Amino acid sequence: MEDLRLEIDAISKRYGDVVALKEMTFDVRAGELFGFVGSNGAGKTTTMRIALGVLSSDAGEVRWAGEPITVETRRHIGYMPEERGLYPKMKVAEQLTYLARLHGMGTAGAKRSVEEWTERLGVASRREDEVQKLSLGNQQRVQLAAALVHNPRILVLDEPFSGLDPVAVDVMSQVLREKADEGVPVVFSSHQLDLVERLCDRVGIVRNGQMVTLGTVDDLRSGAAVRLIVHAPDAPRGWADRLPGVKVLGHHGEKTELELEPGADDQLVLKAALDTGPVREFAHRLPSLTELFRNVVTEEAA
Amino acid sequence: MSKPETTPSVRLSSASAIRLVASREINTRLRSKAYIISTVVMLFLIVAATLVIKLLSGGNADATVGVTGPTTQLSAPLQASAKAIGQTVETTDVASEADGRAKVADGSIDALLVGDGENLQVVVKKDLDSKLESSLNVLAQQLALNQQIVGLGGDPAQVEAAVAGARVDIQPMEKPFDYNGQQLVLGIIAGILIYMSLLINGQMVAQGVVEEKTSRVVELLLSTIRPWQLMAGKVLGIGTIGLIQMVLIGGVGVASGLATGVLTISLSAALGTVIWLIVWFLLGFLMYSIVFAALGALVSRQEDVGGAITPALMFVIAGYVVGVSVLPSDPGNSFVEVLSIIPVFAPTLMPMRLAMGGVPVWEAVLSVALVAALIPILIWFAGRIYGNAVMRTGAKVKLRDALKSA
Repeated sequence: MEDLRLEIDAISKRYGDVVALKEMTFDVRAGELFGFVGSNGAGKTTTMRIALGVLSSDAGEVRWAGEPITVETRRHIGYMPEERGLYPKMKVAEQLTYLARLHGMGTAGAKRSVEEWTERLGVASRREDEVQKLSLGNQQRVQLAAALVHNPRILVLDEPFSGLDPVAVDVMSQVLREKADEGVPVVFSSHQLDLVERLCDRVGIVRNGQMVTLGTVDDLRSGAAVRLIVHAPDAPRGWADRLPGVKVLGHHGEKTELELEPGADDQLVLKAALDTGPVREFAHRLPSLTELFRNVVTEEAA
Repeated sequence: MSKPETTPSVRLSSASAIRLVASREINTRLRSKAYIISTVVMLFLIVAATLVIKLLSGGNADATVGVTGPTTQLSAPLQASAKAIGQTVETTDVASEADGRAKVADGSIDALLVGDGENLQVVVKKDLDSKLESSLNVLAQQLALNQQIVGLGGDPAQVEAAVAGARVDIQPMEKPFDYNGQQLVLGIIAGILIYMSLLINGQMVAQGVVEEKTSRVVELLLSTIRPWQLMAGKVLGIGTIGLIQMVLIGGVGVASGLATGVLTISLSAALGTVIWLIVWFLLGFLMYSIVFAALGALVSRQEDVGGAITPALMFVIAGYVVGVSVLPSDPGNSFVEVLSIIPVFAPTLMPMRLAMGGVPVWEAVLSVALVAALIPILIWFAGRIYGNAVMRTGAKVKLRDALKSA
């Protein structure tokens, strides 16, 4: 079986003295949902634009199925630019048909696909309306239809969830999952980290134009320091202060949040807690993606 | 899983990409109200203009003169003397002097000749048209001369024959071109049409480019086709629209001119004018619109389009203004002759000169060749500017930056 993965290999781009991307490298496997995360200006959009050929890179290569991507193979990509845009005065169906045909579809196939996707995304009744007459939410749906209408083999979506209502978020998530299940590599950027955590098979965090962390959310967590939540109602404040390798992060009511340095023994913590009285809860707390992200981003500041 | 099954064919040749873009332009614009209305208005104007000219000229005659009784014999000499000074006078027999006076009063004839046929007396409503007066004066002098000849015992007919044959012998050192008044008018109309068309359609190209930039749809388009394909499709699409308009207006104008008899030049000369008009519209449009497309790509807001394309537009306006202000009075002006060969002015000036006639073949060929040679160079420059600038939104992109960055 062919490996239909999308590879971003050591892409660099600079604007004058500003380095936008420095050897950005990652891959999106076939059938995988990949979350692309980073602060504003970290280089997500630039990376996507280069993958789409809208921008040229100074160095590096984008490959699909092992081959360097070309103008022809780029037509297999479904793209949702960060800057949303459609012809405001063109009718929805006409516009989607036009875009599908620009991606190499025949007229009949394009029309059929437009019908399918407008139906699927709930804008079928607006097919004959000009795009500018649609609500912002519906324009977003049409924009997604524009990315899907040519039955793409790769999906690259820049902030697909921004500006969507909760129902549309569910529709979007479902569509992306389905596409991935069909064997399509799906990469999208987002600032909604809870969504990324829930949806994505793998996550990449970018900082200053470089991929700094890459893996499943569990992989990412494994590198992070272990956190403990201890509920010992009778424990006095400062009960854990002198334990070796333990840092007190804070007190939430009767609960104490601790961070263990690598090699610190959590059983010692448990014993110290039991010494103060009953222990009602003793749990490892998994950091959320938001926390992981914050750690990665603040590392840079430090 | 083999590749043909999983991967549909997405081959799109440059030609089909350009055709897709062009047909979108044609479809949207043909349906736009502005286009339909402007075309109908221009067609109406050109037909109305020919009808007005037709009515003003009142048939083919410049004046109609009534004759009655003894003055009936003067109708042939009157027509002859009028013709000698370049007038066409129609004569009409009226039943009686009273009847004739009534016709003068109601304006159906311009003047009535009365009297004994020896001394000219003319009845008019208010005043006599100065040209008709000249014709009648020539006739009066002729009659007086005839009487003198008879008095001297000569034969007026013989004298007339001898006089008629006498003419100055002109020896031109250069063969002059005899400019036809109708062709001069045709030249001016050709100039106006080309000018308006370049102005309207050229701006449409620039606005179209900016529309894609402001609506951000350009990023989506450029993720599937190349910048030059998008630009070429747009220019060709809008060019086709302009061409349809030009052919319609030119064709209807010439047809109505010929049908009403306002235009008396030969059909081939009229067709020649229309064909040259189309050739120069295409050349001029291609040349200017690619420049407009590139300049339009530098800005991001519709309000800035005007400012961005003004430098190029100045050449169109300058050519047109020089043409309409100099050529009607001096069609052979040598300054205009030189300008009309320079590519930037040729699209406005050359079609005017060609419609007026008298353009040496080498000048016509050279001007076409120069513009045709310039177009590929402009395409290269414009493609570069467009490709570099069209993705940059925000402040106006400097021309130098757009040319420099890869």
